[in-house]
Amino acid sequence: MIMGFWRGKRRVASVTVAAAVLGGLSACASTEPDSEAAASSSEGKTVELSLVAYSTPQAAFEQIIAAFQETGAGQNVKFTQSYGGSGDQSRAVEAGLPADFVMFSLETDMTRLVDAGMVDPAWNTDEHKGMITDSVVALVTRKGNPDGIQDWSDLTKKGVEVITPNPFASGGARWNLMAGYGAQVTNGASEAEGEQYLADLLANVPVQDESARASLQTFTGGKGDVLIGYENEAIFAQQNGQDIDYVVPDSTILIENPAAITSTTKHPKEAQAFLDFVHGEEAQKIFAENGYRPIVEGADTAGQDFPEPSGLFTIEELGGWDEVATKFFDAENGIVTEIERNLGVSTEK
Amino acid sequence: MASPGVLVRPALKGVALLYLTFLLVIPVALIFYRTFENGIQPVIDGLTDPATVHAFQITAVVAFWAVVANTIFGVTTAILLVRHDFRGKRVLNALIDLPLAVSPVIVGLALILVYGSTTGIGQTLSGIGVKVIFSIPGMVMATIFVCIPLVVRAVAPVLEEIGNDQEQAAATLGAGPVQTFLRITLPSIRGALAYGVVLALARSLGEYGAVAVVSGRLVGRTQTVTLLVQERYLNFDQETAYACALLLVVTAVLALIVSRLLAPKEITR
Amino acid sequence: MAGAGVSLLPRATPAPPAAPPWRPLHGRGQAIGLGFVVLYLSLIVLIPLAAVVAKGQENGFSGFWNAVTTPEAASTLKLTIGASFVVALINAVMGTLIAWVLVRERVPGRAVLDSLIDLPFALPTIVAGLALLTVYGAQSPVGLDIAYTRLAVVVALLFVTLPFVVRTVQPVLLELDTEMEQAAASLGAGPATIFFRIVLPNIVPAIAAGTALSFARAMSEFGSTVLISGNLPFQTQVASVHIFNQLEGDNLTGAAAVSTVLLVVSLVVLVALDLLQRWAARRG
Repeated sequence: MIMGFWRGKRRVASVTVAAAVLGGLSACASTEPDSEAAASSSEGKTVELSLVAYSTPQAAFEQIIAAFQETGAGQNVKFTQSYGGSGDQSRAVEAGLPADFVMFSLETDMTRLVDAGMVDPAWNTDEHKGMITDSVVALVTRKGNPDGIQDWSDLTKKGVEVITPNPFASGGARWNLMAGYGAQVTNGASEAEGEQYLADLLANVPVQDESARASLQTFTGGKGDVLIGYENEAIFAQQNGQDIDYVVPDSTILIENPAAITSTTKHPKEAQAFLDFVHGEEAQKIFAENGYRPIVEGADTAGQDFPEPSGLFTIEELGGWDEVATKFFDAENGIVTEIERNLGVSTEK
Repeated sequence: MASPGVLVRPALKGVALLYLTFLLVIPVALIFYRTFENGIQPVIDGLTDPATVHAFQITAVVAFWAVVANTIFGVTTAILLVRHDFRGKRVLNALIDLPLAVSPVIVGLALILVYGSTTGIGQTLSGIGVKVIFSIPGMVMATIFVCIPLVVRAVAPVLEEIGNDQEQAAATLGAGPVQTFLRITLPSIRGALAYGVVLALARSLGEYGAVAVVSGRLVGRTQTVTLLVQERYLNFDQETAYACALLLVVTAVLALIVSRLLAPKEITR
Repeated sequence: MAGAGVSLLPRATPAPPAAPPWRPLHGRGQAIGLGFVVLYLSLIVLIPLAAVVAKGQENGFSGFWNAVTTPEAASTLKLTIGASFVVALINAVMGTLIAWVLVRERVPGRAVLDSLIDLPFALPTIVAGLALLTVYGAQSPVGLDIAYTRLAVVVALLFVTLPFVVRTVQPVLLELDTEMEQAAASLGAGPATIFFRIVLPNIVPAIAAGTALSFARAMSEFGSTVLISGNLPFQTQVASVHIFNQLEGDNLTGAAAVSTVLLVVSLVVLVALDLLQRWAARRG
């Protein structure tokens, strides 16, 4: 019994040591982490802005924030940053995640916040309609394009494996599908023919990832012959050493990514200053370096080659996101829902 | 040992080992390989990055509190289930395992539905300055959620097996319940408790889905190692992702080894 | 004969919590402990889950039923429950076998293998999924490409549920007195007879407990299946992925409804296996 008691003491001692270590670590963690923000100058109190965005512009924003903090307006501003799936982030803000500046991949994610009273309904009445970057839907292939993929019609050929994410989980997938659909109907096809195209396309999809980035990973991991994705994603992958090429088809959709400051922000002046900076030349150039198309006319494209597709169209020409989301992606009656069901019923054993 | 069947046992042994090799050993070996594929420098770079260091700190804090809370809960519940009788005991027993069946996607949702800043409870709490969701406490709760059965199920069988003779003897000699607990019960379940704690720790370190939703993904503030692994992987920084994952695994294995050293010989595996 | 032998065997462990052989030590201590436990469970598990269930009922029972019987939901539920069932059965067999080998057999590197068993707990599920995808996907070093199939779902689930049956059976096997087995062997019983008539009845409660846990866990698994299964609707999409998609589509009610079904099914299985434990313990 005495031996047992002594062993107990040794265990108590080791537990105490572990607790002390972890307690020390927790003390470190609770102090302000060093962000890339330069410390504020002696005068002017520091303001902290919370940036909540979808996942792909993370690299761009890290650079833009650093550049902003070099300017007069940004000297006293520190940032917390959060990146994740566009829908997830939008829902998080709706559920109370503090945010001063938000950027999403789909306008419907912004509309959610407008409806929740967190973003001014006039957010998209400026000259850029609330958008801060552009991109286009591209067809991503293996290096050298061994399969000779040039256009949308190549994707519905027999035996071609197309990678695109699940349109009910990923905003990116919706851009992809509407690009394919739009390429048909803006070139004279009827709506029915456009829908048939989508059915043929989805029949060639062997994997449906939960996000655009995940589908990029699936493709670079060796699955599939062609990936439908954002041009800026393809550029990002290439910049990170992935062996891929991409083709911008003649007819494709213009991807416009919305950003706004929230109406719940406690620092409207600084937030607006950041938004203005994001529209400015320096930030737009940083976006270009990261593969995004600048929205400002004549901006420096930092040497990137952004081909102009002859048949470029926007979601507005297809009815705008609100209408498209209901018509195509409604969980019960959407056109794509129906297509998936028909495909599934025929392939489900 | 009884074994007249000469071929059956080696065959079964072979099957078990083959199963383990293909299901467990090869994938884990692959993680090691992938981590060090490009040499050790990328690993070191990845692990010393400020975001990574913060992530480890945050993970340590969340895991620590989750494990402490769950240990107290686990031991109390095990004692209640094994040594006591009360109405609803069977219900409690069934409820303990329920968290396992909850998809991590739902755990976060459930917590937000109750403790989010738009709910009554959430607003009351933020009124007194306590932020639950999108902050460390919420992440601790989500982690506790997924670990709830672990300590209980490790300790309860041993309590059952040991029987309460010594505790009864102590009671007849006049020891109070607290004394009995500290001097007799606790040392007797030491090994099982250590093992349960280690399992809870391992699970806390590795949890992703449930924590992701309630964390708000604030870089450097609420980003745990698993969230970092996800983000790094998706940003084509495989080395950091695998390095962090490997470090988590090594921590869990070390903790396991330590727990064995603490175990009394009778209950050693 | 065998029945008489069974009644002489050591008491089955871990038996389900039985009535204490004496009256509770201190009523007040029990009340405090119980109060704490109930409060803890309520705050962290019960109330949040109740909120989810309530959310699923927001549109009344018909809304709940609709959400659960859409072709997608029905398909994922079938796949998930079916796969979890298969996985639980495989675990019952393989887990017992592995526990046996670890306890009773000489294996090179046994200690290492034994430590590895718990790894699926510690691995972030995305890493588990990645590792499995690399081993069993397009670039498989062992030449086995099963990615994006239903088999892949089963493999991913087997990986994350590996520890459960092994760890519940192992301690029981350790405690088991081998005298009975030796006696039976010396009386001429073959190894199969010894195992099925003598060892198995003692470990059935443990197997049942581990199987229940692995079923519950398989039902809810998300991270590791997401990568390797391909998530094709109607083919390889598990329920947790469907729930995720519902959330992404702002269909909270639908997500909650399907989650409720998962919970109910798991609860039923947990209770059924608890009864099995109880019955087996009584026989032993």
